[in-house]
Formats: sequence, C-alpha cells, structure tokens
Amino acid sequence: MFRVTRRYQFAASHRLHAPQLSDPENRQIYGKCNNPYGHGHNYEVEVSARGPLDGSGRAVDIGRLDELVAQHVLEPFAHRNLNLDVSSFERLVPTAENLAVEICRRLKDNWRTVFPGDWPRLERVRIAETARNICEVYAHDIA
Amino acid sequence: MVITRKAEFSASHVCRRAELSEEENRRLYGASANPHGHGHNYVLEVSLQGEPDPVTGMVLDLKELKDILTREVIEPYDHRFLNYEVPPFDRVVPTTENLARDIWQRLEPHLSASRARLHSVRVYETPDLYVDYSGESPCSV
Repeated sequence: MFRVTRRYQFAASHRLHAPQLSDPENRQIYGKCNNPYGHGHNYEVEVSARGPLDGSGRAVDIGRLDELVAQHVLEPFAHRNLNLDVSSFERLVPTAENLAVEICRRLKDNWRTVFPGDWPRLERVRIAETARNICEVYAHDIA
Repeated sequence: MVITRKAEFSASHVCRRAELSEEENRRLYGASANPHGHGHNYVLEVSLQGEPDPVTGMVLDLKELKDILTREVIEPYDHRFLNYEVPPFDRVVPTTENLARDIWQRLEPHLSASRARLHSVRVYETPDLYVDYSGESPCSV
C-alpha cells in the first residue's frame, strides 16, 4: 500500500470574525486576524491518497488528482477573498481548521468523478496558512 | 520512537511501457513518457522505529544508517539513468511508487538485525510530490 502526497499553492485573503461575538470579543480571540479589511496568505495544501499499485506502476494518477484539486479548490479559492467570494465561508469563519475541513469535504464529495474505482482513496488534507501554522484532517473524520 | 535520515540523489528516468502505443503511454504518463527521459533531484527520507539503547541513548547510530543508505541506494542510483542502469527498472517502470518499494527492499535486509526496524520510506520526486511506503501492510496513519 502506498501513500502519495501532492502539494498545491493558492493565495487568498480572509478575515477571522465570528458574527455571533461582539467586536471586542472578536479582537480578543482572533487578534490581528480580526483586522477589518482582512489580510492574505500563500496557502500550501497537501493532498494525500492511498492505494495499491495499478497496472501503470502508480498508486495515484497525478493528472486526475490535479484536475480534481484545480476544479474544486484552486479555481474557487485562488486570488479570492474567502469570506466574500466563497459561499462556504459566508457564515463559517475561514480559519485553517475550517479551510482544511472544507477542502477535504469538497475533494471527498467529488472524488468519484475522477477516481470511480475502489482505489485510490482520499486519506488526508493538510493546509499550511504560513510556514508555522499548519492544520491537517483525515478524510474518514469528515462527515 | 521514530528516527529519520535524509539523503539525496539525482537521476534520470522515463515512464513508459514497451507494450503500449505512443498514444497510450502519453495518456498514462504525460510528459514523463518523453522517450529520451528527464531527471529529478530526488530526496529520500528513511525512518526507523525502535527504542533508544539505554547506554548510548541512540535507536541506531545515524552514521551507520547513513553508510547503509549510501551503499545500498545512493551509490547505485545517483547520477544514473534508472531505466538503463539500475535493475529492476529495466523491467519495472520507475514511478515514484516503484522507487519507494525498491528502496525499501534494498534497505530492509540490512536493518532487520538491528535494534531498529524499518518504519517507512519517503521519496520526493519534486518538492510538491512524494510517496510514502511502509512495506506491504496498509500505511499507518
């Protein structure tokens, strides 16, 4: 069994602000990330899939994975304001945690359009907001 | 406890199968099927699992691991055209997956007698693409 991991980059802006909380509470919880006009990151996303080798000597067809990630993550997220341009974050604070879950869910929901067989299976999504701030989720933990 | 040693090698390869047509090879492997091959700076991470020796405080002397890695993998792979110069890639397509498995098979016999056992082999073909292999059992999470 092999695990294949592919790394992608996208640049986007966001603001961490929970509408249920007051302005002072938001500032206290999110600090600089609550600045009203938002700010940006060069996000790095790692997508891991696992499976046995197929007839081509590979466990994952990287071209298909690239296509899936481009369509469902990079195109909708890159060079966007996540709060304003991506409907998933209209009411959900775009923290690294929520982004990881959202990306994982998008890939899981659409996985069979490019990988219709038993294998490979999506295993993990890991997102780095900065080099020092990283969050990862496992596909089996996502509803 | 898991300890990891990193090593690098540069090699060329081509991903194509003789029994397939040019078109099928293109469809399967894309630019990696270009007939004259191309190269990568591969990065290898080898991880061992074990408990530190109570006297030395080491799972395995990393110098010893470095020597095994150099002898069994880096010397045969480095600055080679894998398909033409490094068996089994005369008959096995040198995908990153197959490299990871071959490296595992080369290292495993030399580590089975030590305090540490081979835990996983990670091969980076580029900084944005890597494969983990942990033997024939399912990958541990």
